[in-house]
Amino acid sequence: MAKYQTPMLDELEKGAWPSFVTEIKKAAKNSKMAEDELGQLEKSFQTKRGYWKHGGIVGVLGYGSGVIGRYSSLPEEFPGVAHFHTYRINQPSGFFYTSEALKEICDIWDKYGSGLTNLHGSTGDLVLLGTTTDALEPLFAEYSSRGWDLGGSGSAMRTPSCCIGQARCEWANINAMDICNHFTQHFQDELHRPAFPYKFKIKVSGCACDCVAAIARADLSIIGTWKGDIRIDQAEVKNYADNGMDIQKEIVGMCPTECMTYEGGELKINNEKCSRCMHCISKMTKALRPGEEKGASILVGSKAPIVVGSLISWVLVPFIKAEAPYEELTELTENIIEWWDDNAKPRERLGELIEVKGMRPLLEAIGVAPQPQQVKEPRKDPFFFWSESDFEK
Amino acid sequence: MSLPERQTDVGPPHYEKFLPPVIKNNYGKWKYHEVLSPGTMVHVAESGDELYTVRVASPRLLSTETIREVCDLAEKYCDGYLRFTTRNNIELLISDKAKLDPCVAELKEKGYMIGGIGPRISNVIHTQGWVHCHGACTDASGLVKAMMDELHEYFTTKELPNKVRLAVACCVNMCGAVHVSDIAVVAVHRKVPVIDDENVAKMCEIPTTVGSCPTSAIRPNPKTKSVTINEEKCMYCGNCFTVCPPINIHNPEEDGVAIVVGGKIGSLRTSPKFSKLAIPFFYNEPPRWPKVVDAIKNILNVYAENARKHERVGEWIERVGWEEFFKLTGIEFTFQHIDDFTFMRDTMRSSAAFKY
Ligand code: HEM
Ligand code: HEM
Ligand code: SF4
Ligand code: SF4
Ligand code: SF4
Ligand code: SF4
Repeated sequence: MAKYQTPMLDELEKGAWPSFVTEIKKAAKNSKMAEDELGQLEKSFQTKRGYWKHGGIVGVLGYGSGVIGRYSSLPEEFPGVAHFHTYRINQPSGFFYTSEALKEICDIWDKYGSGLTNLHGSTGDLVLLGTTTDALEPLFAEYSSRGWDLGGSGSAMRTPSCCIGQARCEWANINAMDICNHFTQHFQDELHRPAFPYKFKIKVSGCACDCVAAIARADLSIIGTWKGDIRIDQAEVKNYADNGMDIQKEIVGMCPTECMTYEGGELKINNEKCSRCMHCISKMTKALRPGEEKGASILVGSKAPIVVGSLISWVLVPFIKAEAPYEELTELTENIIEWWDDNAKPRERLGELIEVKGMRPLLEAIGVAPQPQQVKEPRKDPFFFWSESDFEK
Repeated sequence: MSLPERQTDVGPPHYEKFLPPVIKNNYGKWKYHEVLSPGTMVHVAESGDELYTVRVASPRLLSTETIREVCDLAEKYCDGYLRFTTRNNIELLISDKAKLDPCVAELKEKGYMIGGIGPRISNVIHTQGWVHCHGACTDASGLVKAMMDELHEYFTTKELPNKVRLAVACCVNMCGAVHVSDIAVVAVHRKVPVIDDENVAKMCEIPTTVGSCPTSAIRPNPKTKSVTINEEKCMYCGNCFTVCPPINIHNPEEDGVAIVVGGKIGSLRTSPKFSKLAIPFFYNEPPRWPKVVDAIKNILNVYAENARKHERVGEWIERVGWEEFFKLTGIEFTFQHIDDFTFMRDTMRSSAAFKY
């Protein structure tokens, strides 16, 4: 007999979409923690409120991040979730696994935790949902000895994340997975020991399609791009037309820079006018390919709305080479972080700091020149400042 | 029983350990891909090698039992290689074309849902909700399940003008990608938190509590050894509750969710866009939030009927104008729709030309 009656949650086992309730019930067969999670969740559904308490410092020795303390506010009613901490495992770049590796993660988790997971958390970590304070050190010994380290949390470098990039995507202009892995390894100390003013997120997408939402969810957004001409295979253009694509309307007509023409069955691009938006390439993947000089655009500052509104990242460096060992990219990143770390108040994200200080101090600190690619339009007001250095010229 | 020796700062395993041979051999040398069905695609390399992918829906919250079952399938059809997408789908990576159809057949037989590729709805990015977070003013997984039970055909078969990205966040921290989604649900508190003076005095550190408020609405109250909240400044973010639980932000009768629309991440055609407010409030109605689900279906249907091919929700709305969006969807326009926080200058209309 199940320990709890869960009529509300049972309703969510019906229907076509895979059910998270079924997942909790599966875990509850073997775990009292998962069983009480189910009971408390039913109560939340009945009463329309959560029953979790925040915080309390929990973690593993030598680390300041990677574990999120979570306690039930009803520990007597639901003792199995009195402690129900999150253990964040740093995911491999691109979320690739072998069944052997995942099963090993599961075996250890079943031994010490609730058997519930998130694959994956919004930042990228493989999230293990629900364990006790006592289990944290054993979990860390088991996982770290097998090469699985903790992810970031708190005022630290957060686990970097990326799209699948060159592993499977023909549009990837940069080796997104390798850059992600590079920064994850490079910033191990910053990831595990929170010493920043607030969180700092790095995300890497191979092209402007931005499958990892780098432009909207990372303080440092690295997005692959190219220079030079889009490569065209006219025979494949013809195939698309023969298969019913209205190239004039769907491709040429929707090009934002109006730099394409389609006459006599030939597609032409005025590459100097192209903004490299990816529309045409993504719709005619067999016929069009990005140019051959590859690099990345660096944008900074995006964040969720707390407190004065969301930001989408701003262009800082329009084009930078991004090839292993990524020296230039790493130096730039370190300089940006250093400027932020030196100037930000506690709990001030990079984007917010730039709003307060202006773009100029950052550009000067990292040695990047002002350029029109950084703005949508120049300023509208006449209240501009002059520095001593502006008079020296 | 003794534990293995812990290591520190090793980072994640190198991704190369987990790449199937066909990927290792063709890394960075893919030529094109073709969508074979809403849930399968093939990538073809310069060398002519092929990689078949099957995309499977996941509730993101997975039991180890399910993970093992998926792993068994990966062993049977993919030499054990699998991955997850940034939107939390499961992908099986098949090198041997002959195994594609049997794999799809077995997945379907076991009740897995295959789809999400192309101009459709992919998996819904969402947060923890009542399952795990202290701040949650709704349940994210429950809403996702209720929505997708109604919309799953847009995952498995039906087409839309372009991709439609859905998201759910259970508070204004928006751990997911709500602020840049085509259609998203964000949960909101609407009332100033209620202070239990006695317990604040006993349990909370006053300077921390005062400092936690982003709008400086909290003042110490020396008389009660507690705090007071300036109601005009409070925007119900719940930060004070985070550090001091006796300041209760939860209000089950008045908490609920809003719907935002028109956000976009990619730079294709138009710049990335923030999502904007469509409907300011619905009461929480677990377990299925029927009014929220109906409202989303309505917006989706109006988009599907009116947008041009390849237009995202936000691009369509910007072409026709927001006044037309409200007219076509029949959504009521309220005081809450007018920005009175940080973006008023950008959002008011300064033109004598508009539609009715
Ligand atoms: C200032 C804004 C934010 C605050 C205060 C905040 C707060 C929190 C809290 C308290 C949790 C714990 C939930 C639990 O109990 O498991 C959490 C989870 C999480 N947050 Fe945030 N968050 C913020 C923004 C973000 C953003 C923008 C992202 C992603 C880009 C993010 C990613 C995550 C992830 C990955 C988790 C783990 C669980 C999940 O994936 O749902 N957070 N956040
Ligand atoms: C303004 C007040 C606070 C806010 C808004 C806040 C917000 C958050 C957020 C965003 C997270 C999730 C981090 C993530 O997404 O990875 C988190 C986690 C956590 N918070 Fe807080 N927090 C506050 C105060 C505190 C205080 C006073 C404590 C300790 C008594 C605390 C202890 C923790 C711990 C231990 C975690 C888990 C580990 C971590 O992510 O650092 N927090 N908090
Ligand atoms: S962001 Fe671009 S390169 Fe990366 S997976 Fe998406 S389409 Fe491919
Ligand atoms: S990438 Fe965009 S701007 Fe360039 S030709 Fe294609 S559609 Fe036009
Ligand atoms: S959105 Fe808010 S309530 Fe939901 S998990 Fe994030 S912080 Fe918690
Ligand atoms: S809910 Fe937020 S704004 Fe209101 S008093 Fe608490 S911390 Fe301040």
